[in-house]
Amino acid sequence: MSAPPLLQIARLTKSFGMIQVLKSVDLDVAAGEVVTVIGPSGSGKTTLLRCVNFLEAYDGGSIKIDGREVGYVDSAGGKKRSEVDLASMRAETGMVFQSFNLFPHLTAEENVMLGPRRVLKKPLNEAREIARHWLDRVGLAHKAKSLPSELSGGQQQRVGIARAVALGPKILLLDEITSALDPELVNEVLDVVRQLAADGMTMMIVTHEIGFARDASDRIVFMTDGTISAQGSPDALMAQVSDNERLRNFLSRFSATTH
Amino acid sequence: MLEAIIYSLPYLMGGLGMTLLVSLIVVALSLVAGVVLGVGLIYGPLPLRLLIRLLTDCVRGIPILVLIFAVYYGLPPLGLNLSSFWAAVLALTLFKTAQVIEYVRGAVSSIPGGQMEAAKSIGLIFSQRLRYVIFPQAIRRFLPPWINGVTDAVKGSALVSLLGVVDLMTAINQVIGRTYEAMPLYVAGALIYFAINYSLSSMSRLLERRFAYIKE
Repeated sequence: MSAPPLLQIARLTKSFGMIQVLKSVDLDVAAGEVVTVIGPSGSGKTTLLRCVNFLEAYDGGSIKIDGREVGYVDSAGGKKRSEVDLASMRAETGMVFQSFNLFPHLTAEENVMLGPRRVLKKPLNEAREIARHWLDRVGLAHKAKSLPSELSGGQQQRVGIARAVALGPKILLLDEITSALDPELVNEVLDVVRQLAADGMTMMIVTHEIGFARDASDRIVFMTDGTISAQGSPDALMAQVSDNERLRNFLSRFSATTH
Repeated sequence: MLEAIIYSLPYLMGGLGMTLLVSLIVVALSLVAGVVLGVGLIYGPLPLRLLIRLLTDCVRGIPILVLIFAVYYGLPPLGLNLSSFWAAVLALTLFKTAQVIEYVRGAVSSIPGGQMEAAKSIGLIFSQRLRYVIFPQAIRRFLPPWINGVTDAVKGSALVSLLGVVDLMTAINQVIGRTYEAMPLYVAGALIYFAINYSLSSMSRLLERRFAYIKE
């Protein structure tokens, strides 16, 4: 018998007012797996990702990490977890944002240290060690004392990744992390993600970089209108292109705009 | 003129002490209450937000003079007997708190929402998010209007003389009552108020430079 999946999403629903953004989404992610979510704008992929660390409260269904319901004490729509409970669960799910969201008043090192220091309660020196280690891993050891405003977009996003992994999360959520970058800066960020994948980090990635999705992920999930309309290994998904008109349209539009 | 000013100084010092004491209490209490209620106004549940909104709108819509008399004459029938000193301090604090709430609201809501989300995502609890992420950024926008407000509080504290509290303004009037030399005394009073407030605004400029390194 194999171990249960690390992340279990079942019959997930979410509405913003009258608009239903997620219509019963089922998705499991195994430990060490890299799952990429692609799909047209408004298909609900970012909302799905934001539900996993409860930045968005979901209305129905369930999200479990290591068998524990995220956000709610028992089930969706019921009693929410306490502030302390929520925070400790969020610390187990690292998140990297499209717009970096680095703390502008803190240096690169302080950005990465904040979680280990205040959430994991590490002593100052140990927190700094952790920060140095991860800044080194993303190739920014020499920028430890720089403020975010002194870094390029690609460098800022690498600090963002270091900040997210410094807490030792069980799963890393990446929300269109290269969309705000100049094209020549995209690869330095994707290289860091590839390294993390090679090290066995479990990741759920929302991206528009189809090429990256094909060569870096174990599985690609294609979303349309709040549901998963196709999924499989990159090769298996490409094999479905001829049967799935929406997937075909999406991918062809994509190659038309990128080439 | 100089002679009259020098003669009056010992009398004025007592009043100056009272002015500074009132200002200090008002500024300190309103800072604490204003920050707490300002945070409540932004992040609190809807009923609390409405309540705070109602409070600030009422207080800011009433002239401070009316507020002072309302507290002084209005509270005893409700069973709360305050000395004229505390009635004056309470009224000025209410007024100042309503301002501080607005400064806090303005400063905190100017921080992009992504900052709160990033702070959540690394597992900080609400109070830590405020302390380590939101407040250090908001303070740069909070300080200039707030220090401006502190100088207003010093000047506005002269209104306590209406309830018979002997502050700098009352002391000046008392000396004038004895010497009949109005002009030198008012000049002296103006100079003292100016000295206090000029040092405050100089400090403000210093602090603004200190926090200017924060860029978005």
